Amino acid sequence: MMTLAAIAEKLGLKVLSGQSGMNRQVTGGYVSDLLSDVMGHAQAGHIWITLQTHKNVMAIASLKDLAAVILVTGHQPDEDTVLQSNEEEIPVLGTDLPAFEISGKLYELLKT
Amino acid sequence: MNQDSQSMHFEYNVEGGNFSRAGYASSEIKKLLKQLNVDMGIIKRTVVGCYEAEVNVVAHAYTGTIYVDLNTESITIRFQDEGPGIPDIDQAMVEGFSTASSKVREMGFGAGMGLPNIKKNADQMKISSIVGKGTTLEITMLLQ
Ligand SMILES: Nc1ncnc2c1ncn2[C@@H]1O[C@H](COP(=O)(O)OP(=O)(O)O)[C@@H](O)[C@H]1O
Ligand SMILES: [Mg+2]
Repeated sequence: MMTLAAIAEKLGLKVLSGQSGMNRQVTGGYVSDLLSDVMGHAQAGHIWITLQTHKNVMAIASLKDLAAVILVTGHQPDEDTVLQSNEEEIPVLGTDLPAFEISGKLYELLKT
Repeated sequence: MNQDSQSMHFEYNVEGGNFSRAGYASSEIKKLLKQLNVDMGIIKRTVVGCYEAEVNVVAHAYTGTIYVDLNTESITIRFQDEGPGIPDIDQAMVEGFSTASSKVREMGFGAGMGLPNIKKNADQMKISSIVGKGTTLEITMLLQ
């Protein structure tokens, strides 16, 4: 298993919020923009890759004990998303890459 | 809260239309079950059911109350709302069926997976609804 900090460094992810959660351990990832799909299928310790930026993303991340959220293609979290991310210590990370590319890189990294 | 050695009861309010609060009650229920040392696997399934049912009140109804009853054998959670009701429950249960608005869909809600998710994760699920009045959904998790 890897920490978020190590993953963020290897993949060049920006920490957009929730800095204090960067020592979390990552068990895998899930890619979806449908909230019920994530609710039904993501697992504790996963990184959730999405373009959804609103606060409900953090509600789900917290309920599912996810390690972090990656926002793709330069999307920025809403203000209340940032607040909840900081409170819950679940980081929101940013990349300019599209979901396909960042997922491929994360998969490669976690596979070993 | 009212508590004796056999059973406990809790209530939470849900505000229809208020998406910024969606998931708040589910998070409180999750904390409660953790405090009570409920098995982590049961908590995880309960959380999925609670969240979907809470979001349905937010997305589809006007106001609702969640009643949580716990005893040594089971957790029963009843989501009772005042709202438009569900005209055809069998159709609502079909994965992918949704009457959510396009604005709600853009946020990633309204995939029509909520009720199927609840069914998959709950040990028992009951829905009753009166069109024009409201909907009551009850999930039961068995502890033994
Ligand atoms: N509490 C409720 N009040 C009124 N209608 C509801 C309620 N819950 C569910 N429904 C109806 O059932 C449909 C399917 O629900 P669900 O499977 O959760 O999917 P979604 O919420 O994504 O539309 C909803 O689109 C709605 O028409
Ligand atoms: Mg729903």
